[in-house]
Amino acid sequence: MYSKGFMPLATATVVALTTALALAFFYAPLDADQGFVQKIFYVHVPMAIVALGGFVAGGVMGILHLRSGDPSWDLRSYVAIHLSVILGSGVLITGAIWAKASWGHWWVWDEPVLVSFLVVFLLYCVYYPLRFSIEDPERQARYSSVFAIVAGAFVPLNFVAVRMAETFTHPRVLSQTGGSLPGEMRLTFLVSLLAMALLFVTLWKLELTAKHASMQLKRLRRRLDARVTA
Amino acid sequence: MPALPLDEAGKYVAGAYVVFFALILIYVTILGAKIARIDRELTQLAEDDDR
Repeated sequence: MYSKGFMPLATATVVALTTALALAFFYAPLDADQGFVQKIFYVHVPMAIVALGGFVAGGVMGILHLRSGDPSWDLRSYVAIHLSVILGSGVLITGAIWAKASWGHWWVWDEPVLVSFLVVFLLYCVYYPLRFSIEDPERQARYSSVFAIVAGAFVPLNFVAVRMAETFTHPRVLSQTGGSLPGEMRLTFLVSLLAMALLFVTLWKLELTAKHASMQLKRLRRRLDARVTA
Repeated sequence: MPALPLDEAGKYVAGAYVVFFALILIYVTILGAKIARIDRELTQLAEDDDR
């Protein structure tokens, strides 16, 4: 069901990731201000954008679940959020490494971009206890979808709020004026973003396939047990 | 803060990329183990059904 087109997607992901790495280390020029440390940007920022996009996608799938009542949308929403939380932990760790190298501190509390991402991450950490504390599958799916929608709406609001906050510490890479990235850096960044998005979709499909297979197995076992007892 | 020299900056850059790839590797390993378990259980179920 979910494994359709998986192999071409996985191949495209591996090619895109390899290209992104090659571009980051052999094509993109060294940053005049930060030097070699700026290479962290090509993994950290795409990972953050894809993680936030995954949270929003989880919300959209939550809406589709509530509209259609189809539990497969809830499963899709759960896997998207689960993957985004994993990528989010990567964003926080790589961000802390970059902060230590650039600013001399692992964490800076007065930097709105960092703190707002932490708030979003912690918000989504609540999703797990909420989801798994409800035993009835139908209620679990419904409550989880409501959470995914509300939290998903918070993500772009949070992004806009941070954009409105005046700061000169965190560089603005994507802006209406095109940011301050030179051509080679911009191309490398866009390829890295594409690679990260492909990785997300590949892992999303992989986990959905595993979950679907597990559910099918349980169904099959129940059917066989019923046949044995009859 | 001035830019770090290459040998010192390299450690941070390597650290960041290692974190990323380690996360993906751990995730794929866990999923792989899960799929292998499903495969084993499915084989067992098929054998039970044959008997």
